[in-house]
Amino acid sequence: MIDRRLFVNIDWMLLGLVVAVSLLGILNIYSATTPYKITGAPYYLKQFYWMTFGMFIALLICSFDYHLLEDFSYWLYGFLVILLLAVLVVGRSSMGATRWLHLGFINIQPSELMKIVIIITFAHFFNNFHAQGGLAVRDVFLPLGILILPAVLIMKQPDLGTATLVILIAVSMTFYVGLRWSTIVTFVLVAIPMAWLGWSHFLRPYQKNRILDFINPERSRLGSGYHIIQSKIAVGSGGLTGKGFIKGTQSQLRFLPEQHTDFAFSVFAEEWGFIGCLVLIILYLSLVLWGLNIARRCNDRFGCLLAMGVTAMLFWHIVINMGMVIGMFPVVGVPMPFFSYGGTSMITSMVGIGILQSISMRRFMF
Amino acid sequence: MQQRFVREIMEMKHRTLLLSFVVGAIFFVLMLRLWHLQILSVDDYRNMSENNRLRFVPIASSRGAIMDRNGSVLVSNRPSFSLAVVPQEVMDKESLLDQLAELLGLDRSELAGRWEKGKGRAKYYPIVLASNINRDQVDIIEENRLRLPGVEVEMKPVREYSSGILAAHLLGYISEISEDELNRQGYEDYNPGDYIGKNGIERAWEQELHGSDGGRQLEVDARGRVLRTISESYPTVGNSVVLTIDAALQKSAERAFGEQAGAAVAMDVNSGEILAFVSNPGFDPALFSGKLPADKWKEYLEDKRHPLENKALTGQYPPGSTFKIITALSGLENSKITESSTVNCQGSYDLGTSTFKCWNKHGHGTTNLKKSLRESCDVYYYQLGEHLGVDLIAATAAKFKLGAPLGIGLKNEKAGLVPTAAWKQNKYGKRWFHGETLPVAIGQGYVLMTPIQMASMIATVANEGTVYRPYLVKRIVDSDGKPLKEFKPEIIGTTGISADKFRLVKQGLYAVVNDPGGTGAAARLWDFKVAGKTGTSQVVKMRDSKQSNAYQFRDHALFVAFAPFDKPEIAVAVVIEHGEHGGAAAAPIAGRMLRAWFDSKKPPQKATPRNKDDENVDDGEKAEPAAKEPEPGNEARP
Repeated sequence: MIDRRLFVNIDWMLLGLVVAVSLLGILNIYSATTPYKITGAPYYLKQFYWMTFGMFIALLICSFDYHLLEDFSYWLYGFLVILLLAVLVVGRSSMGATRWLHLGFINIQPSELMKIVIIITFAHFFNNFHAQGGLAVRDVFLPLGILILPAVLIMKQPDLGTATLVILIAVSMTFYVGLRWSTIVTFVLVAIPMAWLGWSHFLRPYQKNRILDFINPERSRLGSGYHIIQSKIAVGSGGLTGKGFIKGTQSQLRFLPEQHTDFAFSVFAEEWGFIGCLVLIILYLSLVLWGLNIARRCNDRFGCLLAMGVTAMLFWHIVINMGMVIGMFPVVGVPMPFFSYGGTSMITSMVGIGILQSISMRRFMF
Repeated sequence: MQQRFVREIMEMKHRTLLLSFVVGAIFFVLMLRLWHLQILSVDDYRNMSENNRLRFVPIASSRGAIMDRNGSVLVSNRPSFSLAVVPQEVMDKESLLDQLAELLGLDRSELAGRWEKGKGRAKYYPIVLASNINRDQVDIIEENRLRLPGVEVEMKPVREYSSGILAAHLLGYISEISEDELNRQGYEDYNPGDYIGKNGIERAWEQELHGSDGGRQLEVDARGRVLRTISESYPTVGNSVVLTIDAALQKSAERAFGEQAGAAVAMDVNSGEILAFVSNPGFDPALFSGKLPADKWKEYLEDKRHPLENKALTGQYPPGSTFKIITALSGLENSKITESSTVNCQGSYDLGTSTFKCWNKHGHGTTNLKKSLRESCDVYYYQLGEHLGVDLIAATAAKFKLGAPLGIGLKNEKAGLVPTAAWKQNKYGKRWFHGETLPVAIGQGYVLMTPIQMASMIATVANEGTVYRPYLVKRIVDSDGKPLKEFKPEIIGTTGISADKFRLVKQGLYAVVNDPGGTGAAARLWDFKVAGKTGTSQVVKMRDSKQSNAYQFRDHALFVAFAPFDKPEIAVAVVIEHGEHGGAAAAPIAGRMLRAWFDSKKPPQKATPRNKDDENVDDGEKAEPAAKEPEPGNEARP
């Protein structure tokens, strides 16, 4: 199965972009965590370990033919749903939400893995689905069911950010396959009352507050509205060239919340300014466009869908996180891939990169 | 390779191009936004960040008050000052600590300890070094403001237990939220350092009482002096809780207990409103809000009378002879006895090889239902119990909703226990023996009841069959006193026992208090007819002489009562732990509670028209002439 000749075709562009963003991220984490009182290994070093570990996993994945995933997709899906149920029953709680499953030696966050698994499942499903002229309303019911089960379980944890991402990934893939106009109109009409239902039944008070805070930051200057204001001050005060490495006052004086994880970009924007941001955004844009390019070059439908799904996952993470930091989206716990501190996010993203690499490397095989 | 879906694949490939443009456009919007923030508005944000000596001073919300049924305040707030520092503005921590310790006369190591603990949050966030400092200390800080950059005084409201009464177990106390509670559902909006209700009403009604914190965004200069207030959000005052408790009644009940340990519950028989809720001895809830002095804590823990235990809610006692009410009703309901059927009590009752003793070893002679209640004859109930069997007694108890929490709305309400044959089989894997029914019939053995259940039971007897859910909160009002929620009586069951059967038992209960030879004479009132039942519940099975005087082995004294006999309003249940005899220890307290209730209800000048009480029992008759004089009415009686 592992063919050494394959590695001649390794996608250096993809690898280069990921390494570049990760290294910038580590540099930024170094600065963001300077004001912390740290016991144990410093964050930037830990992030470096995570990156190395993640790349090893990516290497492992890309050495296998991604078509294998198709055979396992429904098993993976079933297994993940069981894990999500297990989290609700016996999960470990932190910060008021239960997301972790403690498996003796390792803690895993099944909701995070679900992002990848929903991509594989949808790719498998649509690969065998005739959709000439676009999907009709009745064609969408089954995938909708596949999506709703894990989405509701994740929302119950409660983890609004991840649930939103899983839904966005699935919806993006469905659009990619193609929808009839009639389908789109029908769903928009159905979505409005559903949104109302979700608001009144599923969202926790703090989640509602975050959305309301976003609409009107003056509402709660102590709560998440405060975070948005402080983050905007950090980004805006960066100016054209930034305040310099480890010189951001907003971050060094710790006005920012979660500044090494979800608000890492805000630290970067303050210290490196518009020019720095431009560099980072262009790197990310290139990554996303390259992902789409991999999808376009791929010669089988499963691979196309898979590549598109992974790219959608990266894209939505980037856009939601950046949008949140610069005050365009509500505060939801969505990290910046490869850039925010955190092992789980790094591994998930790297698994995605492994899949992309696997597809890219095999583009000449068919 | 794959020839299927060729057209679809082509379609998707076309779509990647379209998607690339969409992605490009979205990223372009992000860049525009960054351009707007970082290039166009840079001056504004630079300014804000340079002056980001913006500081949030949280303004603690004021907790709602707790009032009694007549609106008199039981718990309110007073301002409390605390000393805080903003680490960001402190130049020299060590010398500041020295100064503070010296100026204010505080323990330096304790200040340093609090500082260390408060670290890890943003540097602009004040750390409280000493709470509850006095006015003089506040003045000293204000005078030395300039020499103490970064130091500030925070004001926050603390609980004040203004009324003379304690009712500590009912009201509960508040203290700082724990880390565990912060992570718990329902506490998402709380911050470390917030105070929450930990017990009693304070805990059960936390959501209403709490209110929400406000905050002030201030701009301060390099020395921490406030330059201007940028924005302010005001705290919302929590709602107030109006209890069903009558403060005067509660107070007199607590006073009547004195040093004795026990519990008392008074209930409105026609609604289930709890009028008094006593667990004695009490504790000082104010002590629990701050750091409880170690010696006080030790004192509470070592007190044999267990002051921290809410005996009215969680105390489970054998109901003793008060349970004979249930047994008697069960007998009437199942036609095992009639008003006139009698038992000859010779002081003991034989069943198989065992002998069960009556409390009166000389025996009560020929005893009918009324006499059995009045003199609390055990033998009468031994025989009735034997005829009924445990399951019929339990069935009647279940109609009174005994054996399960009544749902008073406080955490940890206990269920009590009404044994059945099936229960024993389940629990111990053994069958029920006939000889075990006899103690149950007189409220011993396995039977357990909480004081709330005792009050509910006698209230149900008084109103002849309706079981109300006991409740403590009459209404919720906002800070201006405008009613927000009103709570109505809730019927949780009816016994289905006919009124004439209730009346037979009630006549017996009337005799307990009012007839010569009745065991509950100490609860008698001169102007209202009281009916009740005494009880003495064994703590240990057989007491030998050595143990008999040790406090913890003495019997519990019980009394349940309702009044007025003809048109019942109020029911009370009193348990005196290790008080020995219900008639001597518990009945007088019940009497004083009833007295207080009728006094507080009727303004003094209206105390005279008592025409309805014409045919009073002998005691009342004698008092009549004295009371006919308009003024001295009440004082005439001791």
